[in-house]
Amino acid sequence: MSKTFTLDGKDVPFRDGQTIIEAALEAGHYIPHLCHHPDFKAHGSCKLCTVKVNGRQTASCTMQAAEGQVVESETEELNSERRALTQMLFVEGNHFCPSCEKSGDCQLQATAYHLNMMTAHYDHFFPNRPLDASHPDFLLDFNRCILCSLCVRASRDVDGKNVFALAGRGIKSHLIVNARSGKLADTDFSAADKAASVCPVGVILPKRRGFAVPIGERTFDKQPIDAYVDTRIARKEE
Amino acid sequence: MAAPELDHKTYLDPILARYGHAALHLMQILREAQEHFGWLHPDAIDYLTEQLHVPRTKIEGVASFYSFFYLQPRGRYRVLFSDNITDRMLGSKALMDRMCRNLWVEPGKMSEDGLVSVDFTSCTGMCDQGPALLVNNIAITRMTEQRVDEICDLIREQVPLAQWPAEFFRVEDNIRRKGLLLEDGFVPGSALQAAFAHGPEGMLDEVRASGLRGRGGAGFTTAIKWESCRNAPGEAHYVVCNADEGEPGTFKDRVLLNGYADKVFEGMTLCGYVIGARKGMLYLRGEYRYLRDHLEAVLARRRERRLLGANVLGQAGFDFDIEIHFGAGAYICGEESALIESLEGKRGTPRNRPPFPVTHGYLNQPTVVNNVETFAATCHIALKGGAWYAAIGTARSAGTKVMSISGDCARPGIYEYPFGVSVRQMLEDCGAANTQAVQVSGPSGVTVSRAEFDRVLAFEDIGTAGAFMVFDDSRDMFEVARNFVHFFAHESCGFCTPCRVGTSLLKNLMDKLHNGHGSPYDFQEIERLNALLLSMSHCGLGHTACNPVLDTIAKFRPAYEVRMLHQEFTPAFDLDWSLQAARQMTGRDDSGAHLHNEEEASR
Ligand SMILES: Cc1cc2nc3c(=O)[nH]c(=O)nc-3n(C[C@H](O)[C@H](O)[C@H](O)COP(=O)(O)O)c2cc1C
Ligand code: SF4
Ligand code: SF4
Ligand code: FES
Repeated sequence: MSKTFTLDGKDVPFRDGQTIIEAALEAGHYIPHLCHHPDFKAHGSCKLCTVKVNGRQTASCTMQAAEGQVVESETEELNSERRALTQMLFVEGNHFCPSCEKSGDCQLQATAYHLNMMTAHYDHFFPNRPLDASHPDFLLDFNRCILCSLCVRASRDVDGKNVFALAGRGIKSHLIVNARSGKLADTDFSAADKAASVCPVGVILPKRRGFAVPIGERTFDKQPIDAYVDTRIARKEE
Repeated sequence: MAAPELDHKTYLDPILARYGHAALHLMQILREAQEHFGWLHPDAIDYLTEQLHVPRTKIEGVASFYSFFYLQPRGRYRVLFSDNITDRMLGSKALMDRMCRNLWVEPGKMSEDGLVSVDFTSCTGMCDQGPALLVNNIAITRMTEQRVDEICDLIREQVPLAQWPAEFFRVEDNIRRKGLLLEDGFVPGSALQAAFAHGPEGMLDEVRASGLRGRGGAGFTTAIKWESCRNAPGEAHYVVCNADEGEPGTFKDRVLLNGYADKVFEGMTLCGYVIGARKGMLYLRGEYRYLRDHLEAVLARRRERRLLGANVLGQAGFDFDIEIHFGAGAYICGEESALIESLEGKRGTPRNRPPFPVTHGYLNQPTVVNNVETFAATCHIALKGGAWYAAIGTARSAGTKVMSISGDCARPGIYEYPFGVSVRQMLEDCGAANTQAVQVSGPSGVTVSRAEFDRVLAFEDIGTAGAFMVFDDSRDMFEVARNFVHFFAHESCGFCTPCRVGTSLLKNLMDKLHNGHGSPYDFQEIERLNALLLSMSHCGLGHTACNPVLDTIAKFRPAYEVRMLHQEFTPAFDLDWSLQAARQMTGRDDSGAHLHNEEEASR
């Protein structure tokens, strides 16, 4: 007999050591998330995956699953707070979806649709974040970075390179690359890196491959994000 | 700025050697490198990268997290005015403007000759003797116009800091009321002797019987923490003393460390004895850098007297020593798991918990983190027993509390009271008149209004880390709250979305009200933000960031109502304000350089 907890009333089996979101996704139940990725160590920063466990709110990507937990996720309260978080991420950066190569493949955008986000609600911060087009094959558009640290984890833990890192503090937090010049061209980044394909939004983009898949036929044009629970986004494209 | 060819290796090598070329000590290495060179030069970072075998991103990521590390030149004299509300109330803003005018610098920018920079920093813990500032991270108190002018002269003449008048650097203890902790006559070693007589388990029993709860704010029962740590398996156990004292308005740990360091170190040693640790670390906020020589001297004396080192006081097998680690300007490093990250030479980001530090702390080993005052209190428990201690204070809050009192009162300073003392009593003792409010426990604490002055200090009523800031009738409580909100936005670590973005949104909302664009709509927004920060934030900073606003809205609504100039939602955007940059560039500020609208005319 495997152990179970309940998620919105449904039994979810789990193995020891799994977090709530890992068990839920494996069982085909979607919980919104941005910084979680099944291949990497949990980070727990975006807070989109927050659920109520036995009445207490906590991030489901860092909370270990335990027998008999009563987990609530699809409630109006939680979804409206998740919507607010998503809006915060939108106003914090500069997201002009119609001109973004990632539109339709972007997890932030898809999550916003899923949460019925109609406007940005808050005043935009309009930060000044210059692009880095130094690398021959890849472009970094920091305007869209949501600081999920997936590229940091991928580069460090899979590629063994430390190309990316978070720097700064508070609202001035930002992504840096491992070069004195601060330019991607001067790092050992390569197109074959895991870090090259892991960004959930449109920061790390291959050059000269614009709109290869037309708008309307992209990942989340075909199905909404909650339909992708058993195969994670990055893999789906392959 | 043509920097001369510099050999960074020359000054970095001895520092690296001192810290065993270990990236674990990155914080201390960067601090010392900077103390030497003034800022962290890219060549120095290249060399550190190579010597410490870490990626450059690691060093830049850490350095850019802390306010007191500079990746760009900041001037040979780096002046930072403390920006607590108490400093503001004592006129710090006008003093800073005066200094900037005198020296021809803009706040936050280095002078063109690379001589000086002037900026604000979060509360430096000198509220009872402000306005205060830091020059190259050394504290200067009691600023006046005259002192500003004198400092400007010294800077212009490039007089080394060591030759500045000692009077500038005098920091008073201002102890006004003594209880058991602040009484004199503690004999170093006596509490350890008593603990050895009890044995580790016996000592733990005494701490349990005392009912002692943490003095750092959360009020967690100390015996439970020590016991869980003692029972946790690990290669090594660690004792950490939290002397980050970042909560604005708090300065009691500074006084305890200045006058009662033996007691604090002895408490840490007792804890080491109980939990089976060999190493203790004092995490001292960078603002208290000036205490280093004094504290190192106390540690040296204790080693001489065998109160530290191998076989402490002849107790076979009990080896214990204490190191001092400095923070570098980050309030979040007072949060215990962020503090541990910082001790490990990392960015001060709070960890995901569980696991808690008692089982997985420093280097993932069982670690007790306690406040300075908590450790000091355990000495008295060792000496006189838990039952004796438990009889002091209230039923659920045993013992005494050292309070830092500042703001509008005749006698600011340090007051020690048994728990259960009323706010009214404290106001009377410190000579406060016409008080409208007290902020207890700093921005993350509670705003107590006149109607509540009979409430008492105790975990069951007003829990506190030790700050007590007094505001008389002349103060604008909206501006008090706005200052606190700016503090949180500045100090958010930026790890989690709700706090990183939410504290800035809150700051913008308060500024919007300040600028006269408020409407009832903004109240709703504040309440929504509060709910979000409370339920979604990763740590206590985010959870409490809305407290000052909610409290002052509830208790000092008129201060907000005068700012509700609009019935309907009004955007924060202000056409005239947006011309500010143009005015600055053209050096014009006459009426022709302004747009006027009817509302402004009627204001
Ligand atoms: C944002 C934040 C800042 C904190 N700052 C301090 C501090 O400066 N000093 C302190 O002792 N505790 C501080 N704490 C509480 C610590 O996390 C921890 O609870 C405390 O050091 C435990 O010691 P105690 O049990 O003796 O109180 C802070 C907590 C938070 C969330
Ligand atoms: S670049 Fe992409 S993957 Fe990296 S932190 Fe930013 S959003 Fe996350
Ligand atoms: S609540 Fe604020 S301070 Fe705490 S982890 Fe989140 S961003 Fe950092
Ligand atoms: S997915 Fe859990 S916090 Fe980001």
